[in-house]
Amino acid sequence: MTDVNLIINEQIEKYGRERQALMPILQKIVADKNYITEDELALVAEALDLSAADVYGTATFYTFLDVVPRGKYVIRVCKTISCHMSGKDEIIKTLEKTLGIKLGETTPDRKFTLLQANCMGWCHKGPVMLINDEVYPELTPEKAIAIVQEYIAK
Amino acid sequence: MEKNRISKVDLIFENDGTLVNTVLDKVKKMNPDDIIMEMIDSGLKGRGGAGFPTGLKWKFTKAENSYDKYVVCNADEGEPGTFKDREILDRVPEKVFTGMAVAGYAIGARKGYMYLRAEYNFLLKGLIKKVEEFNKLLKDKGFDFNIEIRSGAGAYICGEESALFESIEGKRGEPRNKPPYPTVAGLFNKPTSINNVETLVYATVIMKYGAEKFKEMGTKDSRGSKVFSISGDTPNAGIYELELGMTVAAFVDEFGDGDTKAVQVGGASGICVPRKKFNDMIIGYEGVPTGGSMMLFNSSRSMYNVLKDYLEFFAEESCGQCTPCRVGCQQLLRGIEAVKKGEKDPSYLETLKKLAQTMKISAKCGLGQSVANPFISIVDNFREEIIY
Amino acid sequence: MAKYNVNLKINNIPITVEEGTTVLEAARKLNFRIPTLCQHPDLCVAGNCRVCVVEQKGAKTLVASCAMPVSEGMEIFTNSEKVRTARKHIIELLLSEHNTECTSCYKNGKCELQSLANEYLVNEKDFIKLVYDKKYTIDDFSPSIIKDDSKCIRCQRCVRTCTSMQYVSALAVAYKGEHQKISTFFEKPMNSVVCTNCGQCVNRCPTGALVEKNYIDQVWDAINDPEVHVVCQTAPAVRVGLGEDLGLTPGNRVTGKMVAALKRLGFDSVLDTDFTADLTILEEGTELLTRLKKALVEKDETIALPMMTSCSPGWIKFIEHKFSNLLPNLSTCKSPQQMFGALAKTFYAQKKGWRADKVVSVSIMPCTAKKYEANRPEMRDSGFKDVDYVLTTRELAMMIRQAGINFDELPEEKYDSIMGTSSGAAVIFGATGGVMEAALRTAYEIVTGREVPFKNLDIIPVRGFDGIKETTIKLENCKPEWGFLEGAELKCAIAHGLANANKLMSAVANGTVSYHFIEIMACPGGCLGGGGQPIPTNEEIRRKRMEAIYEEDANMPIRKSHENPEILQLYEEFLGKPNSHKAHELLHTHYTKRKRY
Ligand SMILES: Cc1cc2nc3c(=O)[nH]c(=O)nc-3n(C[C@H](O)[C@H](O)[C@H](O)COP(=O)(O)O)c2cc1C
Ligand code: SF4
Ligand code: SF4
Ligand code: SF4
Ligand code: SF4
Ligand code: FES
Ligand code: FES
Repeated sequence: MTDVNLIINEQIEKYGRERQALMPILQKIVADKNYITEDELALVAEALDLSAADVYGTATFYTFLDVVPRGKYVIRVCKTISCHMSGKDEIIKTLEKTLGIKLGETTPDRKFTLLQANCMGWCHKGPVMLINDEVYPELTPEKAIAIVQEYIAK
Repeated sequence: MEKNRISKVDLIFENDGTLVNTVLDKVKKMNPDDIIMEMIDSGLKGRGGAGFPTGLKWKFTKAENSYDKYVVCNADEGEPGTFKDREILDRVPEKVFTGMAVAGYAIGARKGYMYLRAEYNFLLKGLIKKVEEFNKLLKDKGFDFNIEIRSGAGAYICGEESALFESIEGKRGEPRNKPPYPTVAGLFNKPTSINNVETLVYATVIMKYGAEKFKEMGTKDSRGSKVFSISGDTPNAGIYELELGMTVAAFVDEFGDGDTKAVQVGGASGICVPRKKFNDMIIGYEGVPTGGSMMLFNSSRSMYNVLKDYLEFFAEESCGQCTPCRVGCQQLLRGIEAVKKGEKDPSYLETLKKLAQTMKISAKCGLGQSVANPFISIVDNFREEIIY
Repeated sequence: MAKYNVNLKINNIPITVEEGTTVLEAARKLNFRIPTLCQHPDLCVAGNCRVCVVEQKGAKTLVASCAMPVSEGMEIFTNSEKVRTARKHIIELLLSEHNTECTSCYKNGKCELQSLANEYLVNEKDFIKLVYDKKYTIDDFSPSIIKDDSKCIRCQRCVRTCTSMQYVSALAVAYKGEHQKISTFFEKPMNSVVCTNCGQCVNRCPTGALVEKNYIDQVWDAINDPEVHVVCQTAPAVRVGLGEDLGLTPGNRVTGKMVAALKRLGFDSVLDTDFTADLTILEEGTELLTRLKKALVEKDETIALPMMTSCSPGWIKFIEHKFSNLLPNLSTCKSPQQMFGALAKTFYAQKKGWRADKVVSVSIMPCTAKKYEANRPEMRDSGFKDVDYVLTTRELAMMIRQAGINFDELPEEKYDSIMGTSSGAAVIFGATGGVMEAALRTAYEIVTGREVPFKNLDIIPVRGFDGIKETTIKLENCKPEWGFLEGAELKCAIAHGLANANKLMSAVANGTVSYHFIEIMACPGGCLGGGGQPIPTNEEIRRKRMEAIYEEDANMPIRKSHENPEILQLYEEFLGKPNSHKAHELLHTHYTKRKRY
């Protein structure tokens, strides 16, 4: 995990100490550790001379900029129509069972968070899930278990 | 073409390796006004959904007097059922970049941004590498233009052009009031020409082959071909480039599973065409327009579930700033649920349709305005399924 | 660039307006009223509530008239069938998301949503009530403001106020879609974030979602308690605003009637914050001259200059959060309200022969930040809470209505004494530039022995609504004891509204400007535009209130703080001299560095 100040400075160098650096900074923090804490948001706000509330408001607008604790691997199962029709419910049930958590929850070891998200652009190969940035299309319950097992082993 | 059959095309994904160079060299020798004329002449309309003539958009942006102008490539592809831009970006990204460079050259912009949805982050690394190479190529060829990629973070509304600008600027992706339009005050309040990924590839294609070849295809209102994202109850789900102007019937003939009862044309915000209208509906601006999403439903599907799914999507993905959309989406959703459960009389559907109509004319942006499309077309055509 | 004219028709009536005019403004010129919610004359256009939609001939959709600029040949219909249906739907939608317990709502009868609902005869049954499914929070931790999300219509007026007018951004829009809400940083209580309690958002909230925390019942209880003596003070700006909430037009000076009303409500002593405004001038003026002397003569480099005024508690909280390195520049003087409070339970109680613990001190303020200020732990120098309850102008109006007093018919009465006499210099504390003007009237005379060189003592350069004003006064022919100031140019600056304060402070912090004395008021226009003043408050109304304040000043027999006989008496009998040890104990304070958010 990188120090947040490092991320902030790196992105400011790239995008300037301007508001347009906000998304790249937040995205980088999330890429690094999957969610942004209160202290980190306050730091970002200060670095860009923005209001902390404003930064909070911006972060919460975006589904992928989580401000609540998430696991090391965030699993997002597509819940939109094509994946719904091709069996996302079953995938979620399977994952809930495998991970021992409910949708929206994080495993006690902070390794996995299980979420739903909207259409991910793989409708012809549903059901599909993202684990962090990695895509897993054409899922079956068996495939889903196998994939998650790999991550468990990591 | 004959409207009752489909014809496959291969322009978008075609790449002989020399194309980028050929187009860039050709364009460099052209006068920007001639490029714009060629684009207008081709009849190309935006492939992102709204269908604004691309040449005109470029013309308006060029006409603005500003040192800074921008070209933006809309790669936010969030419309449920749409996945063609991902495939294009995966397979022929250099054709997208070329389209951006052509646009930049034509309108007098020196900077281009591509806004890539976060769901496609897995493409990001590769794209960044390719865009660096491309920027270098542009420099070598003497183009004063370079492209930068920015990412989204999971918000469908950021595909709406002004929301996309807000997002690049580091704000909440809330659509702006229009006017002013992007061509006058877009990204960073500068004149901006924003185009869909596919539109930009067609620009490249038109620059290569000329407007004539493109114009030959399609119909008067819907020139050329288009990439379709086909999903749902079909044995042939996937991506197809087809000539525009076919009927839904012809489409279903090719892609249906023999039991198709409805086709949702244009994604969640599009229109649902029931079987009885397959023959009359042309896929294109004269009938049902689409950004490329075609979802097929067979008789095993409950259209209530389909509609409910869409409405949940909109209730979540609305930016929430304007009343008709923020509250309207929730009301439509709760409303059909209440009718289904018998808590509201079936006649409540009429009230809801009127509400959808209000949303269509009073919401601030295209999201709220288009919720009426699926709502009214599904409720009208599958009323029984909604109630019982 | 010259603006050209645009011709259009509204409801078939032709009109010509300047380009850039909105359809809403053009319609108003023709006296067509279009309902609005998110629009506010003090704020930038949002275009999000959509109740102002109108029909434009040829357009596919309706257009939001507040956000739509006119264009040549445009034809607009403000009351077509389409428009009416849409508008009604929109109001009904807002109500479906709204906790419509109007009868127990603080805004009942003064709510813009409620009056629209009434005007459009909405049918609340049409849509499903969404409010019950949502977990709305009510934040009443702040002593100043209550935020009730179940009454919020997301018009974002508060956000725009807090961001562009006040540059605080304590409030922002968070989440999206059905979960969208107005929120502080991490949804913390208003009390524990950067909010200055200025109440400007409260003044602009069209509904009951942001209201002042009212202390009306507590004050009634005190009044009805035979054991205690209830002493009240009234701030300068209240007398030029109160009438608006009691049926009078803006710009009425109602000082005498207000005093009469307060007496009829049952306050034991009706006194004037203006008295301690005069006192502030002596304390703060002396402090300034002392600082100048230490800096210029004794070359004491620890002396912080420019010195800045400290009478606006919204401003104090702002600087504590945002420019804490400038805290030494603040005058140590308490605000007039708190000086009054400290004296009420010491000097005044002694004079009256009352036990201090039997005095309840109530202040009537144009301000919600004063509620917070009264609750600061350091504001207990009398040995008790110096000010027990702070009521806004609006709350006082409510009490007057509750008491069944016909305000307009009241005779004009006079403040009680002592601590009821004041000068014109004190009254203008209620307007931006007023403290500066009052201070200059006194300081100049102390230093030179002559009156300020302005006709009728009116220091015009410091008056008016410019966001940041500057003036320089040259000190010549000084009295011998002030000889070190001979020929000096006293450089002064004034800012009102915290966005302007922020600009000025950034310049001070960067060292791009150099001043000796700076006056800051948190609210636009100064206290006359305070967050506790009658709603609506806007530019036109602020202007009228300001005119009234300067009229009041011009009509006062005493125009300079140092000539207030009661002030002289106070020093003689109780405090000694300005900045004395006792004065420091009771009338001065210190500040706290706070978090940035
Ligand atoms: C809610 C909403 C979502 C949109 N999403 C996209 C999108 O994901 N991709 C896209 O190209 N256009 C999208 N658009 C359309 C854009 O606003 C804009 O019209 C388009 O990018 C212009 O490019 P084009 O003319 O090449 O189609 C969306 C519009 C709305 C109202
Ligand atoms: S229509 Fe929906 S998405 Fe568009 S501005 Fe309004 S609330 Fe936002
Ligand atoms: S805010 Fe207005 S509409 Fe809502 S309960 Fe209060 S008075 Fe009624
Ligand atoms: S009281 Fe003032 S500072 Fe606090 S939220 Fe309202 S406008 Fe902002
Ligand atoms: S709190 Fe008031 S001003 Fe702010 S958005 Fe809600 S209703 Fe509007
Ligand atoms: S519906 Fe799941 S990826 Fe599109
Ligand atoms: S008043 Fe125009 S949209 Fe709200």
